[in-house]
Amino acid sequence: MIPLSWYLYLSAALFAIGLYGVLARKNAIAILLGIELMLNAANINLVAFWRYTDPAQMAGQVFAIIVFAVAAAEVAVGLSLVISIYRARKTVIADELDLMKW
Amino acid sequence: MDASQIIFFLSAALILVSALFVVTARNLVHAALWLIATLFGVAVLYVLLEAGFLAVVQVVVYIGAIAILFIFAVMLTRRDLLSQSSQTNANWPVALGVSALSLAAIAFIARGFGFSLDRPLAPVPTDSLERLGQALVSPQQFVLPFEVASVLLVAALVGAVYVAMNKK
Amino acid sequence: MNFWTDPIKVIYDWLMITLTGWGMSGWLADVLINLLGIIVLITAAMVLDILLVWVERKVVARFQDRLGPNRVGPFGLFQPFPDIIKLIIKEDITPAGADKVVFNLAPILSLASVIFLWAVIPLAANVYGVDLNVALLYLVAAGAIGTLSIIMAGWASNNKYALLGAYRMVAVMISYEIPMIVALLIPTLLAGTMSMKGITLAQQDGLWFVVLSPLGMLLFLVAAIAELGRAPFDLSEGESEIVSGFHIEYSGMKFGLFYAGELLHAFTFGAFVGILFFGGWNWPLPWGDKYPLIGIFNVLAKGMFFYWVIMWVKYTVPRLRIDHMLAFNWKFLTPLAFALLIVTAVVHAIFKDLPLWAYGLAMFLSNILLGWAVLEILRSNARQERAAEETPAPAAQH
Repeated sequence: MIPLSWYLYLSAALFAIGLYGVLARKNAIAILLGIELMLNAANINLVAFWRYTDPAQMAGQVFAIIVFAVAAAEVAVGLSLVISIYRARKTVIADELDLMKW
Repeated sequence: MDASQIIFFLSAALILVSALFVVTARNLVHAALWLIATLFGVAVLYVLLEAGFLAVVQVVVYIGAIAILFIFAVMLTRRDLLSQSSQTNANWPVALGVSALSLAAIAFIARGFGFSLDRPLAPVPTDSLERLGQALVSPQQFVLPFEVASVLLVAALVGAVYVAMNKK
Repeated sequence: MNFWTDPIKVIYDWLMITLTGWGMSGWLADVLINLLGIIVLITAAMVLDILLVWVERKVVARFQDRLGPNRVGPFGLFQPFPDIIKLIIKEDITPAGADKVVFNLAPILSLASVIFLWAVIPLAANVYGVDLNVALLYLVAAGAIGTLSIIMAGWASNNKYALLGAYRMVAVMISYEIPMIVALLIPTLLAGTMSMKGITLAQQDGLWFVVLSPLGMLLFLVAAIAELGRAPFDLSEGESEIVSGFHIEYSGMKFGLFYAGELLHAFTFGAFVGILFFGGWNWPLPWGDKYPLIGIFNVLAKGMFFYWVIMWVKYTVPRLRIDHMLAFNWKFLTPLAFALLIVTAVVHAIFKDLPLWAYGLAMFLSNILLGWAVLEILRSNARQERAAEETPAPAAQH
């Protein structure tokens, strides 16, 4: 028997690790990897709350499925942007993409 | 400690350790492979939460499509892979502080959800898969978000193809 | 409770009594017995795999007008054993530039992705690993792990041919997953469940799904062959151009794992065709639903037949070019699969309350009609293309 709070602590830790990845990594693709971790942490929460409140209501699982769809869309667009930037600027380091900064 | 707790701890360890490698690995292909291990651990958690459909979808969508896409993208932008001396930017201590703070904040809030162990869980209905399908397409429930998500996917598909197309 | 009608239950009960009799706690005995069951199932699959090596070599030889292995044992039946010994005693090379862990993990994952599939195969009415209610999606998920193993092998080998082969194979597998998932939706729709056992039971009570949806069967078979990476879709290997692709750097038993995985994968998909569209354990021998041993024989016989069909295609049709292959998928198979799904759903909704023969006839005719329409469109397109080629084009201005 697992208390709900364990799932919440786990997803909090996963979210924090993902956040660190997003903030600290240089490579744009690594930043996207961090975002995936954060989305997964959110999904763990959604499914855990679904299971521990009222499993007859499917809202939690539906939300999780929509998060899957959003994650797939985000990765497709994000990676195509990274590849397009790489073609133009020959770099995927987020710090070096500073054309808008003076 | 019963069997489900052992499985929980094993998969939690897998998730956290591989997630740490995801954000610290120098080689980005390795980071993507560690991401797959993390996602697999999350799928195990879904099985533990009796959401078998989500577990399988997690493997199909994340491991079968998203992670493969990441590996492809890493290979297509290979030049910077290992040449950099450091994989983190100058602000990494700040990032560490922010993420530690957010962990503390969320954990503090989550403490309030101390679920009492003696209250038995409501059983998952045996036809949960049918219910999920009904919920996704019934007008009383979630047909609008479902359709919006499909529009989003089409838009993302078209946008991704257009952005990444080699315009020659 | 009779051994011949429910062997798994009898063996389980007997082991349970024996183990608890030794003073073992109930749940530990349960875990041990389940582990034992898994080991027995995997071992059976691998023993079958050894036989498949012989079948493959013998059938290839027949297609190519040769005799095939005929020295070791009767009809060369023991030929796989010298093969295995040879693979084991070969030098086990990990290339210097390779990523060692990933390189060694890839063949294991490749075989594992096939073994995973055996968990959901209903060999008989009460002989199966687990009756998942998402079994068909599970099939796709196991395929995703296969894709992963290929890109891992291609990348970790640190060899450009291996990477090229892996790229091609992954592009093909991800693309052909779409018609395959849509083709899998057709039995799901007809049976009202994704469980393999439920689908077999639905065919036991009604008509075989190959009668209701012959086009669906063909789509699944074509997509499965592409997913397997067998000829005519074996670009990942392409001996003449990229010298066997992603397993170029593998030697010894690591190559053996890829090879065993490929053969078993082909057989497993043959069994899936048999289960999803040809009634599973019910035919050719009678009483397959009552006596599990007959059911197991029926499923394996169907698997063997479709394994042979896959081999027949492999050794008859030449290899395609990568752009032709992807165009074939995106411009032909995927639209056809979606059209078929829509037609099947509409016809099913209209005719499902009619008597079985009328329902079956309507489904069958709608499939034939769709297939005929597609063929007509293709033929008129081809006619136009030929006409365009025959009229001399104005001189190109470059």
